[in-house]
Amino acid sequence: MFRTRFTSRLPVTVAVTGLALAASACGGGSSGTGTDSAAAPSASAAQLNANADLSKQKLTVTVWPGYTPEELPAKAKEELKIQDIQIKLHDTNEIAITKLTTGGEDFDVAFVSGQYAQALNEQGLLEPIHAELIPNLSNLYPEATQLSYDKGNKYSVPYTWGTTGICYRSDLVKAVPKSWNDLLKPPSWAQKKVTMMTTERWLALPALKALGYSVNTDKDDEIAKAKELLMAAKPQLLGFDDTTFGDKLKSGEAIMVEAWDGWCPTTEKNIEFVVPQEGSDLWVDTMVIMKSSKNKEAAHALINYILSPEIHGWAAENINYKVPNKAAMDKVKVAEGSLLGIKPAELLQGESIRDLGEASQKYTRLSTEIKAAQ
Amino acid sequence: MKTQSGAPPTTPVNGRRRALLPAFAFLTPGLLYLLVLLLVPLALVLGYTVFRRGRFGGVVYEFTTENFTRLADSLYLTVVLDSLKIAAITTVLALLIGYPTAYLIASLPKKWKTIALVAIVLPFWTNFIIRAYAWIMLLSGPGIVNSLLGTELELLYKQGTVVVGLLYSYLPLMVLPLYAAIERLDPQLREASANLGASAFTTFRKVTLPLTVPGVLTGSLFVFVPSFGNFVIPEILGGGKSVMVGNLIRNEFLVARDWPFGAVLTLALIAVLVVLLMIQSWAARRA
Repeated sequence: MFRTRFTSRLPVTVAVTGLALAASACGGGSSGTGTDSAAAPSASAAQLNANADLSKQKLTVTVWPGYTPEELPAKAKEELKIQDIQIKLHDTNEIAITKLTTGGEDFDVAFVSGQYAQALNEQGLLEPIHAELIPNLSNLYPEATQLSYDKGNKYSVPYTWGTTGICYRSDLVKAVPKSWNDLLKPPSWAQKKVTMMTTERWLALPALKALGYSVNTDKDDEIAKAKELLMAAKPQLLGFDDTTFGDKLKSGEAIMVEAWDGWCPTTEKNIEFVVPQEGSDLWVDTMVIMKSSKNKEAAHALINYILSPEIHGWAAENINYKVPNKAAMDKVKVAEGSLLGIKPAELLQGESIRDLGEASQKYTRLSTEIKAAQ
Repeated sequence: MKTQSGAPPTTPVNGRRRALLPAFAFLTPGLLYLLVLLLVPLALVLGYTVFRRGRFGGVVYEFTTENFTRLADSLYLTVVLDSLKIAAITTVLALLIGYPTAYLIASLPKKWKTIALVAIVLPFWTNFIIRAYAWIMLLSGPGIVNSLLGTELELLYKQGTVVVGLLYSYLPLMVLPLYAAIERLDPQLREASANLGASAFTTFRKVTLPLTVPGVLTGSLFVFVPSFGNFVIPEILGGGKSVMVGNLIRNEFLVARDWPFGAVLTLALIAVLVVLLMIQSWAARRA
């Protein structure tokens, strides 16, 4: 995903600096297409010592800005007796994986979206998760162990999850949207008052789902059909927007937008969110441990600590994303209109976006074609 | 040449050294800056163009010319031509608006000149992005213009809006060099022309305009270059519905993780700009 997480909180200036630099993502790769979490060459994992002396271990973590509590390193250091914890920031998944793969700095723990965890693992860069060192894994919903890019949480631990749908102004629409076609072929009262996302995979999602295809398709004919649909939709759109669609809804400039659930300002009056009947995606942001880490025991201890209801609940309360942690969600007060109430079972209906390797270029091209069309 | 008298031959060398030292001291920061922040990145960009993309960005060191053949794809050519068109329209409009403005400012009394110049530069005191957003407030469906006029005009998120945004952002870069050129003109030349019977228009056409051509060229370049490579304005005011080269490049590097192709696009952009610079310096020398 994207996640310049501050967008919903800070003023427009910051959001747009994000827009300039950040945006989004998903894409590329050079090895085989959508295979099953193929190589886990690290199966012969290092033997980890449950009683290792953490006070001799130092952790470097990379995470989106504002995604974990500010006092996390200090608290975790004290609580876990780890020698030191350094938090580094990345604005996008792309920047994170560039940092993780081009070296220079040694990272122990990284926060990346599911499909990036999958890609990193396919390259043999991730340490398998040693479940015995993370007893708090039992706090997760059972559904959170069945994520298609990593069934059984072999190399990644989910931190937040959500889906994509239509965010709309209930006072301005003449009928409640229920299909992706409401965005793609907007009725006359919604013409030029609809936005779709600009990041390639999410740009394609409504068309792929409306046509009944997988969001991970790499078949040329299916992508061509989706292109036709999107080309026809473009003249009726207000614009393509990944970052300010919430503001456009609030001002009434737009009345229906494609949106990530956590970014749809449903706590505002008259703003609602719906997952279209054709289905949608399930995005997950995860925590992974680098195979190159020399502090794997401390890394596991930190992830275990983050999975405690207090810390994990912080994420749900403060960044408004659902967390896949039952113990944490049970404690969180869900404000009226908040989307935190979407049930894990409903989320699991969504299809996880996978890294398509080489085939991701097809989506880059598709989105350039759509946007360059007059 | 022979040295007269018995002055030791080292003296002039020493003298030159003494003059060179401060020159070096003053030049070093600038040279270092250019070397580290311009030449090295440029060399990297050049280098990347012939390799394959890495899965996580970066490059795989296998030689290929594929990145260049991709550039010939009509999809990318369209985007480049579109960007050229948008930048050219912006530049012409900036010239049409900027020239009279600069001319007028140059003919103001001294005190008003200063005030007018400050007013021209004033928008630069506000963040670029915020100024772009101001246009959304003005032009959006429920925005100020529509509510004042009581209309429901669609003014935003079009190619025209992109031109408006670029024009607004870069107009001062046209006005300032033009002002400098017009201000420098000797008023006696114009008087002489009038004395010899030329009309005001003929004086402008035969005297003022030819003498300010270097200013016109500089201003046009100052507007064209940042307009051509801009990616923020098309995103914000174009509603993401039009793509310029800048958007393509940013997308290849940050989203598609295709650094080699991004580098090829960057090279294409630089090539266009170098050609323009050459035309500008050639024309300025002849003017």
